[in-house]
Amino acid sequence: MSITYLDITDVGIEFDTNGSKFRALQHVNLKMTQGEFVSLIGHSGCGKSTVLNIVAGLHRATEGGVVLEGKEVTEPGPDRAVVFQNHSLMPWLTVYENVALAVNQVFRKTKSKAERKEWIEHNLKLVNMDHALDKLPGEISGGMKQRVGIARCLAMQPKVLLMDEPFGALDALTRAQLQDSLMGIQAELGNTVIMITHDVDEAVLLSDRIVMMTNGPAATIGEILKVDLPRPRDRLALAEDPAFVHLRQQVLEFLYAKHGHINVPAATSEKQSTGARTAPVLEAVADSDDDTPQAGGPSTAAA
Amino acid sequence: MKRQEIMTDTAAIQHDDRFRQMLAGLGSKSFVEGLLLPALGILVFLMVWQFSAQRINTSLGQFPGPAQVWEQAKGLGAEHAREREKEAAFYQRQEDRNAIKLAKDPQATIKWRKYTGKATFLDQIVTSLLTVAAGFLIANIIAIPLGIVCGLSAGVYKAMNPIIQIFKPVSPLAWLPLVTMVVSATYTSEDPLFDKSFVNSAITVALCCLWPTLINTTVGVAGIDKDLVNVSKVMALRPMVHVRKIVVPAAIPMIFTGLRLSLATGWMVLIAAEMLAQNPGLGKFVWDEFQNGSSNSLGRIMVAVLAIGLIGFMLDKLMLIVQKRASWDKSAVLR
Repeated sequence: MSITYLDITDVGIEFDTNGSKFRALQHVNLKMTQGEFVSLIGHSGCGKSTVLNIVAGLHRATEGGVVLEGKEVTEPGPDRAVVFQNHSLMPWLTVYENVALAVNQVFRKTKSKAERKEWIEHNLKLVNMDHALDKLPGEISGGMKQRVGIARCLAMQPKVLLMDEPFGALDALTRAQLQDSLMGIQAELGNTVIMITHDVDEAVLLSDRIVMMTNGPAATIGEILKVDLPRPRDRLALAEDPAFVHLRQQVLEFLYAKHGHINVPAATSEKQSTGARTAPVLEAVADSDDDTPQAGGPSTAAA
Repeated sequence: MKRQEIMTDTAAIQHDDRFRQMLAGLGSKSFVEGLLLPALGILVFLMVWQFSAQRINTSLGQFPGPAQVWEQAKGLGAEHAREREKEAAFYQRQEDRNAIKLAKDPQATIKWRKYTGKATFLDQIVTSLLTVAAGFLIANIIAIPLGIVCGLSAGVYKAMNPIIQIFKPVSPLAWLPLVTMVVSATYTSEDPLFDKSFVNSAITVALCCLWPTLINTTVGVAGIDKDLVNVSKVMALRPMVHVRKIVVPAAIPMIFTGLRLSLATGWMVLIAAEMLAQNPGLGKFVWDEFQNGSSNSLGRIMVAVLAIGLIGFMLDKLMLIVQKRASWDKSAVLR
């Protein structure tokens, strides 16, 4: 039984939007060990980003909490670095300066100026961006910007690396390159990673576990799938691997068979929250058996 | 287009190519748009001006056309040169006198009087520029920090908004009497560094320059990319560091928009303020000429009008250059 590194316990969050309340998440439970790579997958609007933001400390959960290495998470910090979908580099700083901003902030007191410089260059080399240190974000491609974003996060030496659809805005080829880079970095550094993705192949390829979320509102964890494939993983070899294909099929089944329809997240008032759910938007495959042990969420009504 | 028909000589063929390139260049888009059309516009304007001026007869004589205005401009230039000569001569005579005095008695106290001649047209231009610079500086020292605070805190903005909305439309000239009274009462020193009229004009300009910068800074700060704010939170930047390293650079493009607007309106208001406050700048020049009522007056006022326009244009161009340097937003089109 390995030691729990990151503990998400019974997390729920309810947003107050103009008077009416909107429940985004409830009863989210997840325990992660150090060095684990977990993917968070689910339909749009199911609250994946919200979970990530709660772990990052950018939102406060209304119920439950997050504990990292024994300490409760209440505020954002460099120990839970976030890679955003839009690289979020400072447009007026060069590649080097963007990473330097983070490094100087985190290691101002612990590393000397020379050490910091070396550390910045080391991290940029890790993502293969050491050739473009003096370029501005406007002068480099989307894939490069995302690499720099990853380098900036790695340079903060976070305990947990949080990635919110980091490769979503990139083309397929760049995405494949960055996925391989990420696997290489994770193998070398042993980061603990939570990654949100829409891409089933990406999730199966990269993760140790795939957390599949039910649809919002009041989303929760539907199923957790363990990915036992041996590392290092080669995407070309795995494409034909029966284990890989089976895992992929299981994720697809969850997403499209069991939780095929998306509920319109109507802002329910207090009175209605315990009553009947709003009608589904899309016609669904009848789902009768989606009550899983971990999920405390309500069953979706058949059409 | 004439075609050169020398075939065999290679040098001549190269000349032929260059000639053709030059002719092609004359018809090229950049030449037409960049030089020909503006020149045409100016020419047409001058012709219309000359034509209509001849038909307007005022109590001060015929309305000045381009030719008369040019004459007056030359006259003002000559006046300036003469004044400078007189000033130089005055100081030289003073030097000589004092030298003689000192030669006779090294212990003698010498008097050093300042030349009090008329301010020339160019002197007045300099005064106007200094006044607008002072007003602009005062305004921005207040507006930019205030704008940053308003942008960061919705609460502060909501509190300040009524005041901003009420005072923004007030013509600064309406403030001038109040400003004059306050300055008379408070700015009392034996040997003031600045004239009261200078202070009055500068403060009036400041009251005008304040609003565009304030509002644009607020909008710029409030509108910075939320992701950048999140990145700053993840890095756990302290509030002052966050403002200095993230907020201000992110808002710079909007701040500069505000600065340009401020300078443009400030320059306009300056002329009127100078007229009323009697600050020895271009505004006073126009007013004095009008009061003077000589046959040259209209022409000289016209010279002032053109000078005001050209200087305003140059100030804006200057701000544009600075803005292009400082603004990182390469997607915005700056003109």
